[in-house]
Amino acid sequence: MSELKRGVYPPPLKDPHSNDTTQPFWDYTLQGKLAASKCNKCGTMLLPPQPRCFVCQNDKFTWVELPGTGTIYTYTVVRHPLRPGLDQVVPYAAGMIELDGTQGAGARIQANIINCDVEKIRIGDRVKVVFEKISDTYVVPRFEPA
Amino acid sequence: MTLKDQTAIVGVGSTPYYKRGQSVPETELSMACTAILAALDDAGLTVKDLDGFAIYSSSCDPATVGSVLGVEEIRFAATLTSGGGGSAGSLGLAAAAITSGQSEVCVSLMTLQQAQRRLGGTQVGDSPPTSGGGSPYGAGGIPPTMAFQAHTGLLSPGHSFSLLTQRHMHLYGTKREHLAKIAISQRKNAITRPTSIRKEPLTMDEYFNSRIISDPLCLLDYTMESDGAIAVITTSAARAKDLKQKPIYIMGSANGGMGRWGSAIFTYFQMPDEYFASSGHRPVARRMYEMAGVGPKDVDVALLYDHFSPMVLMQLEDYGFCPIGEGGRFIDDGNIYFDGGSIPVNTHGGHLSEAYIIGMTHVREAVEQLRGVAVNQVKDAEIALVTGGPAGLPVSGTLLRR
Repeated sequence: MSELKRGVYPPPLKDPHSNDTTQPFWDYTLQGKLAASKCNKCGTMLLPPQPRCFVCQNDKFTWVELPGTGTIYTYTVVRHPLRPGLDQVVPYAAGMIELDGTQGAGARIQANIINCDVEKIRIGDRVKVVFEKISDTYVVPRFEPA
Repeated sequence: MTLKDQTAIVGVGSTPYYKRGQSVPETELSMACTAILAALDDAGLTVKDLDGFAIYSSSCDPATVGSVLGVEEIRFAATLTSGGGGSAGSLGLAAAAITSGQSEVCVSLMTLQQAQRRLGGTQVGDSPPTSGGGSPYGAGGIPPTMAFQAHTGLLSPGHSFSLLTQRHMHLYGTKREHLAKIAISQRKNAITRPTSIRKEPLTMDEYFNSRIISDPLCLLDYTMESDGAIAVITTSAARAKDLKQKPIYIMGSANGGMGRWGSAIFTYFQMPDEYFASSGHRPVARRMYEMAGVGPKDVDVALLYDHFSPMVLMQLEDYGFCPIGEGGRFIDDGNIYFDGGSIPVNTHGGHLSEAYIIGMTHVREAVEQLRGVAVNQVKDAEIALVTGGPAGLPVSGTLLRR
């Protein structure tokens, strides 16, 4: 972890530890893009990607780039540091984002919500994705007010 | 054929309840043995009679306990998967083992020592978790799904339950005052009990002055961390009639949940909108009532799994004591209080104020209520509801009657 910044949660991983199913997501984030796995048969979007579609059980998917915008579905503001070092980071906001271009449930994403007043964020707020390069293999998505 | 009324709880035993880590030099194994022997003794049985382990959350290793206690023959050894969600359901597992002829006398138990291992700590350490040791809160190695959570800052079960609660507040107008009333009601119940760890009176001011851990939950919405063991002995209704205690019959039991609840709060979060802001218990409640042939109006006392206060509120809805979204108003109207409420809830103080032995304190209290020997006795209690979870699936509910 380089310098700690209030509101910005520092990931403890340096690599996505991916497999064939998950690596395409990280290939997109390395290019600064957000993408989801779309079922070839019924069009359901999955995030994180899974081996089977939960609607039609198909196992063939195509990766689709998303606009990177969405709406806060639910959130929390973490005020108590759960591990050493996080006292310099709290309070930070984290939540679930319903992503534009998807059907909602099944393609929500969990993320740290940054560059916002944590006392003012609300469910329904519009947000857009921002990326941080953690390592040469791991670029993580966060969201900020749109 | 269902399980209805074919088996009964005949014995309950426990160790003292301790604050986290204070049970040392006891071990999870030694406490399991103590609780099992006490439960057998309560029933008027001995180790010679015991032949089954129907547990949850892999609470003990029946191979080890069986050899240490000198159980003559183990005929059934099974656990419900996942975590505390299986506590009430382990009674149904025991009933299934007995009614199917696989076991005659089954023990269900939890033994817990949080000196080395703390249950609230997903990803809490500086390094990512490498071994879960059977805990639902950890995992072996670093799974590929971890990278989708590692950057979010959502670290613990408390953070996850905050997200469910925030959504419930948004949809239904649920307020922190409602959660406060749950905590205060349960503390009031705990004060009179010698087994309780938290016995100081709790006021609304103190609740609102307590530290927020993650919005909207404060320290007093969280369970405490405890050590201890509780064991429960189940046998056939026929055999139960001749034992030391009045039989407490298992009327109905169900475990599971909607498939897309999945591992839910810890790693999944893609539950459909219609039951995201819930306790995950709705389908379990329906099947449990159907088996028992009764409804929520017939329940005299409810022992609802309460690792986090909002889960009490959401279970009041999901078990049909009030309509979905009305939990807050139902609490405002005084329905959950031991003294005069329409459905007294967690008369033992629950995980919030008595002790946290992952759901088994609730089973013990249900049995004491129906035997008529509870400290905070609900007058003429005939039917008790006891629940486990929510966590990842399965969650569970069991109806007991005297």
